[in-house]
Amino acid sequence: MSGVRRTPLELYVHVPFCIRKCAYCDFVSGPADAEEMAGYVKALLSEIQAAGRMEKVSGYEVVSVFFGGGTPSILKASDVERVLKSIRMVFFMEEGAEITLEANPGTLTPEKLTAYRRAGINRLSLGLQSSDDRELALLGRIHTFDVFLESYRMVRDAGFSNVNVDLMAALPGQTEVSFRKSLEAVAELEPVPPEHVSVYSLIIEEGTPFYAAYHEQAEARAAGEADTGLLPSEEAERNMYYMARSFLKERGYDRYEISNFSRAGYECRHNIGYWTGVSYLGFGISASSYIEGKRFINGEDRKAYVEAMGELEEKRNSGAVLRKVRREEEIVTKDRAMEEFMFLGLRMMCGVSEKRFAERFGVSMEEIYGPVLEKMARDGLMVRDGIRSAWKLTEAGIDVSNYVLADFLL
Amino acid sequence: MAADQSKIRNFCIIAHIDHGKSTLADRIIEKTGLLTSREMQSQVLDNMELERERGITIKSQAVRTVYRAEDGEEYIFNLIDTPGHVDFNYEVSRSLAACDGAVLVVDAAQGIEAQTMANVYLALDHGLEVFPVINKIDLPSAEPQRVIDEIEDIIGIEAQDAPQISAKSGINIEEVLEQIVKKIPAPSGDPEAPLQALIFDSVYDSYKGVIVFCRIKEGTVKKGTRIRFMATGAEFETVEIGYFGAGQFIPCDELSAGMVGYVTASIKNVRDTRVGDTVTDAERPCAEPLPGYKKVTPMVYCGLYPADGAKYNDLRDALEKLQLNDASLQFEPETSIALGFGYRCGFLGLLHLEIIQERLEREYNLDLVTTAPGVVYKVYKTNGEMMELTNPSNLPDPAEIEYMEEPVVKAEIMVTTEFIGAIMGLCQERRGVYMGTEYMEDTRALLRYELPLNEIIYDFFDALKSRSRGYASFDYELKGYEKSELVKLDILINKEQVDALSFIVHADTAYERGRRMCEKLKEEIPRHLFEIPIQAAIGNRIIARETVKAMRKDVLAKCYGGDISRKRKLLEKQKEGKKRMRQVGNVEIPQKAFMSVLKLDDK
Repeated sequence: MSGVRRTPLELYVHVPFCIRKCAYCDFVSGPADAEEMAGYVKALLSEIQAAGRMEKVSGYEVVSVFFGGGTPSILKASDVERVLKSIRMVFFMEEGAEITLEANPGTLTPEKLTAYRRAGINRLSLGLQSSDDRELALLGRIHTFDVFLESYRMVRDAGFSNVNVDLMAALPGQTEVSFRKSLEAVAELEPVPPEHVSVYSLIIEEGTPFYAAYHEQAEARAAGEADTGLLPSEEAERNMYYMARSFLKERGYDRYEISNFSRAGYECRHNIGYWTGVSYLGFGISASSYIEGKRFINGEDRKAYVEAMGELEEKRNSGAVLRKVRREEEIVTKDRAMEEFMFLGLRMMCGVSEKRFAERFGVSMEEIYGPVLEKMARDGLMVRDGIRSAWKLTEAGIDVSNYVLADFLL
Repeated sequence: MAADQSKIRNFCIIAHIDHGKSTLADRIIEKTGLLTSREMQSQVLDNMELERERGITIKSQAVRTVYRAEDGEEYIFNLIDTPGHVDFNYEVSRSLAACDGAVLVVDAAQGIEAQTMANVYLALDHGLEVFPVINKIDLPSAEPQRVIDEIEDIIGIEAQDAPQISAKSGINIEEVLEQIVKKIPAPSGDPEAPLQALIFDSVYDSYKGVIVFCRIKEGTVKKGTRIRFMATGAEFETVEIGYFGAGQFIPCDELSAGMVGYVTASIKNVRDTRVGDTVTDAERPCAEPLPGYKKVTPMVYCGLYPADGAKYNDLRDALEKLQLNDASLQFEPETSIALGFGYRCGFLGLLHLEIIQERLEREYNLDLVTTAPGVVYKVYKTNGEMMELTNPSNLPDPAEIEYMEEPVVKAEIMVTTEFIGAIMGLCQERRGVYMGTEYMEDTRALLRYELPLNEIIYDFFDALKSRSRGYASFDYELKGYEKSELVKLDILINKEQVDALSFIVHADTAYERGRRMCEKLKEEIPRHLFEIPIQAAIGNRIIARETVKAMRKDVLAKCYGGDISRKRKLLEKQKEGKKRMRQVGNVEIPQKAFMSVLKLDDK
């Protein structure tokens, strides 16, 4: 049917496999053999089809697909192709939808990349993290900078024209000098530098080998102590962010979100969707969804997931099976939706629009958040953009964003 | 019908925390068949939610059950529960006085602990027959024989035939019941003599008025008897008498010598029915009250403030209601610049304070700010007046003060000999005056000290436990007031004096206290957008300083795969932190900081 306006929908596919788990990683991922991977891919296909039967898919149009991990590039190209084919059969897909795959240096070959392209992948996200081999080794990454360079060249040769490179700040042993070298290395990549760069800080997460090794230093840092061991001090960490901001700006990257930078027109659509309230469905273990006013997360147990999806082949009651794996269902009430509008939207540098708030909730932003906005403006943490009638974080506000955002909880 | 005294057993259970007192009580009630298993809450005796969570029993209660023994006879068991903390020592002693015997529960893995010894000696002092029970024998680490030997060696009571039980799994409970019948003596007393009954507890009920829990020592009380409370002189006509079912009151016609039960008489206030007082017949009074009565007076004072100023009246209502049930709680209005309107409240000790605070928060849904607890000082002024100081902020100008006195207690500390050195060191630090040592046997000694009360109300008990690895017990009584070199220590946060944090301290320890308070506050006060100096001062002299650095910048956390709930949880935690803050000047101080600064850990 032409002329029908469909609601934008994003899809996320979780690939919980990697060659070796990095020492800082707390995502659901780990090594697996070919048979386990095949079983998981099969389960993914079943879940996609079941979701197609369950959700009111005809009212939606897929605007982006994101293969995240783990290391999605560990999958055979034919598996990626099957998943995308299945998605296309179940969902309406927008012409020119953004289809991203996360890839790790050292897992790519020219053949694989060509096959990814053929399958419809049009954006690649490469986890470099650092150009310093010593820092990479400490992180437990499987690659060196040279391996990355080789992979990057392959990606460009295969014709990918929308590429992201991830960098990390605040790594053990990292200094402002070495971080700047990483930034420079990225900005000078051949034949052309990436269209998109993201910079995240290393967070010492519980349950990772890094936690055992560094959490005391991290706590000392949080307490404002001077001696933080191998971890960069709070000040050094902050300087790295400031450095990323100014350096990348000089090199023509616009910061459109707190930690994402891109050439004009290459903002990551999928990522922006998360901050602006676009609906999304996640497939695979630990994948999050937000659809029809509900948020839920799939369970983390791979075996249970594969087993449950196996039942789909016998049973027709897709709903019952999907409910088995979905956890923490949360109804997004109007209050929660307003909170999210603010605390997610403010990650975007363009801020939150008063007009869109009023359109969506039938009440003015001023009425709900007037006193908070006034206080934040007074403390210099937020500012109103009069031309676009939007509120955004100032640089000082970005520095203490959680402190600011917490005040928007009702 | 007057019950046959020989078929009554009045007893209590003595145990260290966690050794299984409440669980054994549950089993006894269950096995004596008064309740079906379905009716059983898991711990019948501890009916206050708070008690259950803390794992301790706060107010003594009683329960009557009926047991058919192996000899074919039915016995009435009155099980009287006792609190287990030094703050409530007096209540414990009154509960014990209501019993004829005690079951001593000892954990088969842990063995005897300090609190066990203190309570056993207290029971033996009251002439109670004590027999041991070895609990938790189903634990892998259980060593019943070692524990039996220990009981015989250290406490010196026969333990070879102690029942070896598991209260949790219900193993060998019958043996305990039989020993209660055989080892605990039946009560004595003449039902025809003038009435003499011991009050061991009371509760306020909105329909019946005060319900007085008592043990009849002599005589008989009936419905309609005009009773007199000998200490207060108050007289009432009894409306209802009865005994204690599990979790309910069961009326009966009379209670006679040897029995345990309750009396109601339309009494409006628990202050008339003090624990330890003697109830007698107004028309035919007994000659002497029972020994041991003491008027309980608050030892510790602190300010209680509603976090939300609008809840001031709610706080007053709640305190009034709690006072109906707790004659030892006292309060009067006060104001603080930092905290607004609140009450200065008096308590038996720090645990009592914490319990009242928690009950106010839980049962009355009040969010409270508590100020540093302190004792009552006597301030002698140059104009010849004497004032009793319960709030440090009211201390007169130093120029007007001639001298000050502080309360001093006589303390007895029981400790195994290996820790004598450590405990003496502790008492020394707390300005204790050594009065002597008595060796109880080879391994244990009783240390006598005189200690200023303000040195023991904060964390003395914790310090005692940690320095003796739990093997020290402690008891004290007020000795009187003594002249002392005292100063007022003020705390300035971001250059503003916070009146609620001021306290009185001995001049010699002021510097150390001030320094530790600043350190503690530095931990408690979250980082703000600006740097905050924290200073301790005596008069205009700054004696310590710390700084809370400006707020840490957030790291650029990845919000991956649309996991918004994780982000929300993080923000909610941050928000929660902000809620419990008290604005002082432009600094937000967490409410718990006002209290925690006084728990300056003994490193």
